[in-house]
Amino acid sequence: MKVTLTTNGQTQDTFIYTGGKAWVDGQPTAVMIHGVLNDHSVWILQSRYLAHHGYNVLALDLPGHGQSTGAPPATVEAAAAHIWALLDVLKIEKAALIGHSFGALIALQAAAERPAACTHLGLVGIAYPMRVSPVLLELSQSDPLKAIDMVNTFSHSTLAPPPSALGPGTWLYGASRALMRRILRSNRTDNVFHIGFNACNQYAGGEAAMGVVTQHAVKTRFVLADGDQMTPPKATKSLTSLAPHATTAMVHGGHQLMLEAPEETLRAIADFLTV
Amino acid sequence: MPGYSDPGFDTLSLHAGAAPDPTTGARAVPIHLSTSFVFESAEHAASLFNLERAGHVYSRISNPTNAVLEQRVSALEGGIGALTTASGQAALHLAIATLMDAGSHIVASSALYGGSHNLLHYTLSRFGIETTFVHPGDVDAWRAAVRPNTKLFFGETVGNPGMDVLDIPTISALAHDNDVPLMVDATLTPPWLMKPLDHGADLVMHSATKFLSGHGTVIGGVLVDGGTFDWAASPKFDNLSAAYHGFHDMVFSDESTVGAFLLRARREGLRDFGACMSPHSAWLILQGIETLGLRMQRHMQNTEAVVAFLATHPMVERVGHPILESHPSHAMAKKLLPRGAGSVFSFDIKGSREQGQAFVETLKVFSHLANVGDCRSLVIQPASTTHFRMDAAALKQAGISPGTIRLSIGLEDADDLIDDLKRALRAAEKVGA
Repeated sequence: MKVTLTTNGQTQDTFIYTGGKAWVDGQPTAVMIHGVLNDHSVWILQSRYLAHHGYNVLALDLPGHGQSTGAPPATVEAAAAHIWALLDVLKIEKAALIGHSFGALIALQAAAERPAACTHLGLVGIAYPMRVSPVLLELSQSDPLKAIDMVNTFSHSTLAPPPSALGPGTWLYGASRALMRRILRSNRTDNVFHIGFNACNQYAGGEAAMGVVTQHAVKTRFVLADGDQMTPPKATKSLTSLAPHATTAMVHGGHQLMLEAPEETLRAIADFLTV
Repeated sequence: MPGYSDPGFDTLSLHAGAAPDPTTGARAVPIHLSTSFVFESAEHAASLFNLERAGHVYSRISNPTNAVLEQRVSALEGGIGALTTASGQAALHLAIATLMDAGSHIVASSALYGGSHNLLHYTLSRFGIETTFVHPGDVDAWRAAVRPNTKLFFGETVGNPGMDVLDIPTISALAHDNDVPLMVDATLTPPWLMKPLDHGADLVMHSATKFLSGHGTVIGGVLVDGGTFDWAASPKFDNLSAAYHGFHDMVFSDESTVGAFLLRARREGLRDFGACMSPHSAWLILQGIETLGLRMQRHMQNTEAVVAFLATHPMVERVGHPILESHPSHAMAKKLLPRGAGSVFSFDIKGSREQGQAFVETLKVFSHLANVGDCRSLVIQPASTTHFRMDAAALKQAGISPGTIRLSIGLEDADDLIDDLKRALRAAEKVGA
């Protein structure tokens, strides 16, 4: 479905994949937020499963990405504000917020802004601070296709993934690369790659946000991957140390753990949502 | 774990899609000869059927051994995923059946394998799918053939048997201007020679029977999706971008931004038409692919030697290989196929049809049979075999004369191949004397 928001006289459509299910009143809501140069489809298995197991799923394309219009969020804070604006329009008062990578920073910031409205906070493949190397940051601007190849290599941990997003026979290196190229191409005005990386790199509110989340005892789970080279688990300590109430699930895979380890990632999320 | 760039061709040929078996430790890919796979629970079964979880249910739709082959060919071609099929013809049919309905139209190269021509020209027209054939090098003809209901451009990377090299960058751009994808049959140019997706093609199919397997032991096909074509952006593919009643109103292009075609091809095409590959066949093809790079190198070396021999022989009228400057596709081959334009080519013997027959029957190292891409060298007369259903005009359009001989150069010692050809040409000469 598409949700139209009007801000300062400007309208923008946000595409939301609902997991192949129509909205059911009274069910809990799970918001799934993708990372840089991705879209809703990175959650293809987890979102569809949750939608068929008692949740209203909102797996969105961030503004300026994929099927969503509008300016891509230049900061994590702007993206978090967009999440709440969407939920307000849909009259959803409480939701689980689940994000991957850049999307995890957005989920964290959004949870800190309205901790009472966040039932669960799922931080998948997160690191903080989420520094992007100057070389890669510059390359995402000057030669994005080359930067995509670099990111793609760093994002996968195996040449033999299990059946994944498109079923058995999916070649994840190719599928992830094709998606990033498509998302880059889908926005002819803005380089969503560079803007997204920049937002990750500049975000400085992680510790404060986690402090709020902890203070309000928002149920929190880190879902990390032991072979993640983009956001290695050790780079999450700055957040986990601030969240003694949080749990951590370590899955076997790389940064694209939703695709490389779909079953383990699903279990880590689905079990958490029942807490 | 690879380094800072994608693994190389030979590494992928050996490792893509396969790790040591976690249960037994088997290093080679196991052959999973099982029709079906046990569910963990009723809930697990329902989730698999509803595409909420990924896994194997029934081997007509997917199988662990086949999945390794699908990943491996995708990796080598640079695609997002693949489907294995019972044959190359099944791969072609699966692609067309996924994209089209009665009333759809294809623009295709006239230089096609005879079986493909037959399917497009005679068989599919019975089901309301029409094809306009154009010379592969005539860009204006491709453009002029487009109709409002055109849904696919189709050609061979290297046309069979005239070796016309398809100008993939130009033809794919033209296809995209008309909101349709370009699919190529890359059977004669396995990915060691060229990756069509890198040049603009959207779908690649192989008769894996040929070079991918390489040993003349198995029939099979592979259909690779590049994930490049935006089905939702084209006004022509409601079957991928609108609710599909055959699978709970799934909108494939919403489910997967880049994989809508693969989702429908597996969930509908393999499910309903059922032209799946046997896991044993998949394993045989995987065995072949493990040495694909090495074999193709030798195929090309031998081909160069044989072409050089034939090109200067007095009994030979014409050699049709793009390695020769005289070939109309020479420049295109240098551009798209720098490692070689394949080892399947044709030549014309001077003299009568009987002399041609004497040539074929005298050969000892070359085997007279209807196949290409074997590790053994092969020979056939297309006009009387692979292309026999085509009328004279169609044969001429495809560059085939009654005296045309097609060779598929294998991996034997080049000197032995040349000696065999010398003997056979001498025999042909005697018949004409």
